[in-house]
Amino acid sequence: MSGHNLLKLWASGGSRWRLHQGISRCGKACYSSSNPKVCIVGSGPAGFYTAQHILKARQNVEVDVYERLPVPFGLVRFGVAPDHPEVKNVINTFTQTAKHSRCSFYGNVNVGKDVSIDELQQAYHAVVLSYGAEGNRSMGVPGEDLAGVYSAKDFVGWYNGLPNCRELSPDLSCETAVILGQGNVALDVARILLSPVDILKKTDITQPALEALAESQVRRVLIVGRRGPMQIACTIKELREMVNLPTTRPEMVAADFEGVTEALKDLPRPRKRLTELMLKTALEKPGEKEQERRIKASRIWGFRFFRSPVEVLANHNRVAGIRLAVNKLEGEGEGAQAVLTGEVEDVTCGLVVSSIGYKSLPIDPSVPFDSRKAIVPNVMGRVQQTAGLYCSGWLKTGPTGVIATTMNNSFDTARSVMEDMDSGSLDVSAAKPGSKSISALLEKRGIKPVTFSDWEKIDNVEMSRGEACGKPREKVLTVEEMLQVAWT
Amino acid sequence: MATSAAVRSSMGLTLRLSRVIPDCSTCPLYRLRSCANSAANLQMRGSVDSFRTINRHLQTSIGLYHSEEGSSNAEDPEDVVNVVYVDRSGQRIPVKAKVGDNVLYLAHKHGIELEGACEASLACSTCHVYVSSAHFVKLPEPEEREDDMLDMAPMLQENSRLGCQIILTPELDGIELTLPKVTRNFYVDGHVPKPH
Repeated sequence: MSGHNLLKLWASGGSRWRLHQGISRCGKACYSSSNPKVCIVGSGPAGFYTAQHILKARQNVEVDVYERLPVPFGLVRFGVAPDHPEVKNVINTFTQTAKHSRCSFYGNVNVGKDVSIDELQQAYHAVVLSYGAEGNRSMGVPGEDLAGVYSAKDFVGWYNGLPNCRELSPDLSCETAVILGQGNVALDVARILLSPVDILKKTDITQPALEALAESQVRRVLIVGRRGPMQIACTIKELREMVNLPTTRPEMVAADFEGVTEALKDLPRPRKRLTELMLKTALEKPGEKEQERRIKASRIWGFRFFRSPVEVLANHNRVAGIRLAVNKLEGEGEGAQAVLTGEVEDVTCGLVVSSIGYKSLPIDPSVPFDSRKAIVPNVMGRVQQTAGLYCSGWLKTGPTGVIATTMNNSFDTARSVMEDMDSGSLDVSAAKPGSKSISALLEKRGIKPVTFSDWEKIDNVEMSRGEACGKPREKVLTVEEMLQVAWT
Repeated sequence: MATSAAVRSSMGLTLRLSRVIPDCSTCPLYRLRSCANSAANLQMRGSVDSFRTINRHLQTSIGLYHSEEGSSNAEDPEDVVNVVYVDRSGQRIPVKAKVGDNVLYLAHKHGIELEGACEASLACSTCHVYVSSAHFVKLPEPEEREDDMLDMAPMLQENSRLGCQIILTPELDGIELTLPKVTRNFYVDGHVPKPH
């Protein structure tokens, strides 16, 4: 064990990992320049799980994680709902990875702009792209650009403090909101719109979002899907949270559940339990206690099945409603297709949130990109036709799955990298400069990276601001302020 | 420390451990269980005990049910529970644990690759294991939240449980815990990608 490692152990053990600023930089310099060097682009779960697996399995590989924002953790910070703090516990694991003596974090570096993929490939033996899916699929219907129509990505970014969504300030003065899509993100948005402010104010939701939600007039949220109850994309945890959400009651259309009870017995367990909960909520006569709860409820949520958006209806350039086409299903089970019946119906609403999926975007012309699937074409994480380039997370598979899914797919990519090192198809025999040459390039271009200890300053400021108002954290909302806090 | 090292080596684990933590196998300061993010815990312990091991960065914070004392130090033979982990490569890893140990943190302690992303708060399914059938029936019924999380677990089976919810009892002696072989070439949820 080198002296520096020991130092790092002392520092991190004795100070709950907050004191060893500077030591890690020194620690890094002590490693042999001939170590294989891996670069990871993006510091969300995919990036950190890929880094973790490589660091753990290899004792000589150095891993650098680059991030566009000054702050790490991607969708764990900006995607996971503020009322799901337990999910964010994974930050502790990622923090341990980032503080590993062979790992460095470089925030505030926009790969593709500040530094090219080609330059990274020259500096590192392997480059892993794990920058996720920052775009969103659009509905492609007239009126989707009207005021009052938001993508779930932006809406979630707004209440979670994503810097470029700060100005969204959604208009919540209407009574009915329509969410298009029935996945977990759609349910997150519905839950945040309907949650009592007393619950939200104890979370790390941003203060501006909290204030806007406190003033919100939204009383009814309809969650619309193209297909039926047996194709719904959300998982049971999120549905149960809706069912149990204080001060709300469900409002379903009983006819949507025709034939569902009969089909239950053949379903695999997860789909079966999910469907049973929906049936119970929609059709069963509530018990006395639940009945009382529903009577007292001031807000309403409901699924609307077999509906596709046709047009967002306007009144003075603002959303006034949405025209939905009525679908029927062809086929059965997960593969059933929604087919238009020709019938339409209009729903009056003042807020439309489209939550029909995220989408990865290309980062650099030199990287192959399948624009139809919106992923980087790859075989087990190896980017096709580009030696030394890999991908993991949503960029690799498309934007689906929970954290366990991303974890497994990132471990798989890490395994591919290591297999290639072993087989020689990834040549690590020649020394590469790694962050040394990239840091020099960035300096020449006037870019100053944010280190992990810089981030810890931001983290501390956010936590103390949170403490002052009874929240676990009050996020810094602009890149400028993040940098200012990081470098003071 | 010395005792636990002896127990481990007598169980034939030294090789495996030194593979996991080669830099530290000769260092007297290492400790298998890291607890760097549990401030209260750190204050309770001496600083030596709170070292993080250099090559272990799995989160191993001390959860609600976690037995505070190292299980390998079990002094009362009555308290010993024999556990076998079967890792993703099929390797059997016998472990001497003790009553009250949490299966997730026990795995971390022995360098077994079981994640615990949400730190035993029932918000993920990364500590999913299969339980030997004789012992599966002896476990208390999962609470609803565990069942909800299991529904999201890749490769769910009849004998699936979350490791973080299994607390060892004397009846569980001999329990076998198999880590799901979530392998490449398959989407973990059985999903077959389709073009949009």
